[in-house]
Amino acid sequence: MGNIKEEIEKRILILDGAMGTMLQQYDFSEEDFRGERFKDYPSSLQGNNDLLSLTQPEAIAEIHKKYFQAGADIVETNTFSGTTIAMADYNMEGLVYELNFESAKIAKRVADEFTKQNPEKPRFVAGSIGPTNRTASMSPDVNDPGFRAVSFDELRIAYKLQVEALLDGGADILLVETVFDTLNAKAALFAIEEVKEERKIDVPIMLSGTITDASGRTLSGQTAEAFLISISHIPLLSVGFNCALGANLLQPHLEAIASKTDFAISAHPNAGLPNAFGEYDESAEEMADQIEEYLKKDLINIIGGCCGTTPEHISAIVTLAAKYSPRKINTGAL
Amino acid sequence: MMSKEQVRYLKLSGLEPLIITPDSNFTNVGERTNVAGSRKFLRLVKEEKFDEALAIARDQVEGGAQIIDINMDDGLIDGKEAMVRFLNLIAAEPDICRVPIMIDSSKWEIIEAGLQVVQGKCVVNSISLKEGEDKFIWEATQVKRYGAAVIVMAFDEVGQADNYERRIEIAERSYRVLVDKVGFKAEDIIFDLNIFPVATGMEEHRKNAIDFIEATRWVRQNLPHVSVSGGVSNVSFSFRGNNTVREAMHSVFLYYAIQAGMNIGIVNPTMLEVYDDIPKDLLEHIEDVVLDRRDDATERLLDFAETVKGKVKEDEGKVLEWRTLPLQERITHSLVKGIDAFIVEDAEEARKGVERPLHVIEGHLMTGMNVVGDLFGSGKMFLPQVVKSARVMKKAVAYLNPYIEAEKGEKQQALGKVLMATVKGDVHDIGKNIVSVVLGCNNYEIVDMGVMVPPEKIIETAIKENVDIIGLSGLITPSLDEMVYLAKEMERENFSVPLLIGGATTSKAHTAIKIDPQYKNAVVHVNDASRAVTVVGDLLNKKTTNLYVAKLKKDYDEFREKFLKRGKTKSYVSIGEARNRKFKIDWSTSEIIKPKQLGIQTIQKFDIRVLEEYIDWSPFFRSWDLHGKYPNILTDEVVGMQATELFADAQKLLKRVFDEKLLKAKAIFGLFPANSTNDDDIEIYKENGELENTFITLRQQLKKREGVPSFALADFVAPKASGKQDYIGCFCVTTGFGTKELAEAFEADNDDYNSIMIKALADRLAEAFAEYLHKEVRTEHWGYSKGEKLTNQELIKEEYKGVRPAPGYPACPDHLEKKTIWEVLKVEDEIGVQLTESLAMWPAASVSGYYFGNKEAKYFGLGKIKEDQLKDYAKRRRITEAEAKKWLNPNLAE
Repeated sequence: MGNIKEEIEKRILILDGAMGTMLQQYDFSEEDFRGERFKDYPSSLQGNNDLLSLTQPEAIAEIHKKYFQAGADIVETNTFSGTTIAMADYNMEGLVYELNFESAKIAKRVADEFTKQNPEKPRFVAGSIGPTNRTASMSPDVNDPGFRAVSFDELRIAYKLQVEALLDGGADILLVETVFDTLNAKAALFAIEEVKEERKIDVPIMLSGTITDASGRTLSGQTAEAFLISISHIPLLSVGFNCALGANLLQPHLEAIASKTDFAISAHPNAGLPNAFGEYDESAEEMADQIEEYLKKDLINIIGGCCGTTPEHISAIVTLAAKYSPRKINTGAL
Repeated sequence: MMSKEQVRYLKLSGLEPLIITPDSNFTNVGERTNVAGSRKFLRLVKEEKFDEALAIARDQVEGGAQIIDINMDDGLIDGKEAMVRFLNLIAAEPDICRVPIMIDSSKWEIIEAGLQVVQGKCVVNSISLKEGEDKFIWEATQVKRYGAAVIVMAFDEVGQADNYERRIEIAERSYRVLVDKVGFKAEDIIFDLNIFPVATGMEEHRKNAIDFIEATRWVRQNLPHVSVSGGVSNVSFSFRGNNTVREAMHSVFLYYAIQAGMNIGIVNPTMLEVYDDIPKDLLEHIEDVVLDRRDDATERLLDFAETVKGKVKEDEGKVLEWRTLPLQERITHSLVKGIDAFIVEDAEEARKGVERPLHVIEGHLMTGMNVVGDLFGSGKMFLPQVVKSARVMKKAVAYLNPYIEAEKGEKQQALGKVLMATVKGDVHDIGKNIVSVVLGCNNYEIVDMGVMVPPEKIIETAIKENVDIIGLSGLITPSLDEMVYLAKEMERENFSVPLLIGGATTSKAHTAIKIDPQYKNAVVHVNDASRAVTVVGDLLNKKTTNLYVAKLKKDYDEFREKFLKRGKTKSYVSIGEARNRKFKIDWSTSEIIKPKQLGIQTIQKFDIRVLEEYIDWSPFFRSWDLHGKYPNILTDEVVGMQATELFADAQKLLKRVFDEKLLKAKAIFGLFPANSTNDDDIEIYKENGELENTFITLRQQLKKREGVPSFALADFVAPKASGKQDYIGCFCVTTGFGTKELAEAFEADNDDYNSIMIKALADRLAEAFAEYLHKEVRTEHWGYSKGEKLTNQELIKEEYKGVRPAPGYPACPDHLEKKTIWEVLKVEDEIGVQLTESLAMWPAASVSGYYFGNKEAKYFGLGKIKEDQLKDYAKRRRITEAEAKKWLNPNLAE
């Protein structure tokens, strides 16, 4: 298998697009979500996309395949909510290991098929590690700012389980993404370091924050640079931003960190802002035009899409990225 | 290589970053949220009055603490719970948690609990070898994994380090363990080398301060990238109750400790005297103690301490004839003449005579300012006077404001709101400040964002403040690109407000060709303050604006077209051919003189009075928009009177600067063996002949008449191939330390006139220092021009042998060369002058450059260069072409 650390110096790597947007097209019903195995499960399961890796594995494999066909180098596992903390919503804490393990396996199988067809372009699987639905440095209760709904240790333990399962299932990379609270991300990184130490392995880590308001700060209030400083203690494959307000508005934040780090830079924005119906209607061309601005400014090593993006978007980005060379990564070895 | 150095800085974060470069100003840690140090804080925590405890934290941040230390070690409270509770509460206060947190405890479990609730990169205070290496390694590993920096106490299994040798022994051992065994980043290590009291009467405490200082020096020199910190108030512990002595002692201690490399510390800012304000006799006694200079130092200070008392100054007042005039005339007189002595009493008298205090501003003061405006508009008043008038106006308004607010009257309506900023990476603001003041006294509201303002901040503020105009200023060439970038961003954000461009490197050509096309709304190049008023007036006048903007756009279009056409007629030669046409010195006969002293020399203390006779005054007048050569300008028919008055004011401030030692001058220079290479590089060598570094010079490419050479600075140094050993020098001088503080003090006093004046003077002194040092180098240190006797006028006309071109100026427009000079001389380490990201020098009143000693060396302007040289240059500098293009953009031929 190819080595991601070598590939990333050769060209701009392409990350896949949205999983959720693609799943919507299947229009799965409650029964589809449940499948045979969970048909008598006590709580409602519709909307638990991560579960589809167990109940509709072929759909998941097909989506990965479409993104690889579109030219993606890396696909993300269907595990955005795969922690005991997030799965508590469905009372499925006990399934977390299996969900992550199977999701990684599906993605890895598809990736290997593509790598075999064209060994010149090795494909990779990034284990997607979402932010969970709790914040470690903010209180959900306005009347008690000192309260926390989750602790560092609870997060660390939950992340550790997810990380171990993703690696066992074959993930090549760990992608800590959509970080809205830096403390959550630090707990994930802490867990990854523990696993690395216990297993005596090295795993490339991608870390991607999200900036959701016009003030240019994370939800937990940090500026892009402060965010960067807070997570730079762990050697990362890449740091960047995803989701949020679309490609256009992501650019200043990428610029803010690109000159201040020796890590690679990644971006996977949404297809614009959702319209009045909550749909993302920015076309592949429109998005590519905006992304070209990043490439022109030499900001990018890894590029892909988040909410609302499809294989068409990724395909347009692939065509575009081929015309540009990746941002030079300063390995610090000079 | 550059960015490698960047990542070696200590970087911390709260909601915002705090980056401590090896030579940042001293970083102050707030200490009052510490139960061990503040009885009040302890009581509040004990009584669970966390709101009030938070207020203490907030006060510290507002008072300038860049990090806040939090300590909950007290037997009567649950330290772990209190730490977590307080940190969680702080996290909900953006105005507190914007700064990084220092988690302070002697118990690991409290530290770890703290680390688990802070999202930013904190500092752990502290760990040490006290309980052995294993525990130390384990704790350090955890700290690293939590992503924090760490304070390491000079403490080991044997005990706390209390002399010089023990301090460095423990520091070195700790460093090796952290860096080699734990893999801790060296820049994340901060040593606390134990500050202990002096003058305790015990013989063994005599060296407490000096040992700390010397150990600090050793640590900073021998343990790369680390910081040194300490709690300063300990040193004066034996003078509790005598704050005069304590404040002075803190300042003396810091003065020497900072020079030795202490860059972070816990200092109570209210317990600190200004070093230069310490009376001579007290200073001497304290320095004797701190530096352990006499056997009887302690007794002498104890005796002297009893006698220390403050002195009262008295002002004398005079009654002047114009003071007998009617009120309005007196106010107008004060405004026109820029006299601020009576304005408050006159404003008060006026206030009593009107119905509402606002009427004084709208009536008396505006009447006076209208006279000023008319005189300025008709050329009868000059810029310095207007700035002085503004000072008087501001004082009056400041006096009236509380009355206006008290009656909650509507504010006076400004004509418009103007955002002013010096762009990112640039520190020069004299011109910007003048324009701000002039617009301000023409009744525009100014939002002055200061210097080094990042583009996103400008955009954000422009939106937030809903400004009517944005004005950008910059002096160095990289600022031009920043302005282009901002114009693009304004376009992208769909701005419609006009953009004003000003500053020394800006030009109508650059504005028309590079900036104007980026922004579809108005872009205007305004290079003097008096024009700014009319331009802004035209832009904001609803009736005229459309027409004016259309005219402006058309004017710039035409200008652009003309300029581009003109550009095409120039022709260039290839870099290869230009090198063939190099300026040839006959090295077989040319005299090369070996410098008397090779190597680097530093001047840390310098009496700037010496520089007075070296000042070139003409540019000083130019900065105030008064044109003419000194000294003739003083008797000039048009501006003579004003120039004379300005000169007198300058002399007055200069005298204060000299007498009160308000500015600090420092210099560093080096003379090295050197040879040029075939591709316009100048290699400089260590004494043993090894390559030390390389200066990269650029060559003229404009096609010239046959026989006229194409110059590069490298031509003035003997080529390697000649077999002759030649020499080169480089230097940096500054007179800027103290400028910022003085300017701020003036501004706080509503005195923009002197605030601008001090900056203009500091600039002149820096140039004078460069002139002086160059002379010393020619006649003494290099000594190639021993018999030289030149007057200041001859110096100004550059009639000396050899040249001292400066990076960023015509012979060497490449600012990146400053980086090389900084590397070679360790400028930042030695004299504290820093380079911004656009490579402006900070403090701004600094000059750097090279020394070329060959008598055939001369000044020239590089002019434009072509793509082929750019490529060649990028390769030599080992940067990408895009990067090279960024830095040399203004010099690239179209």
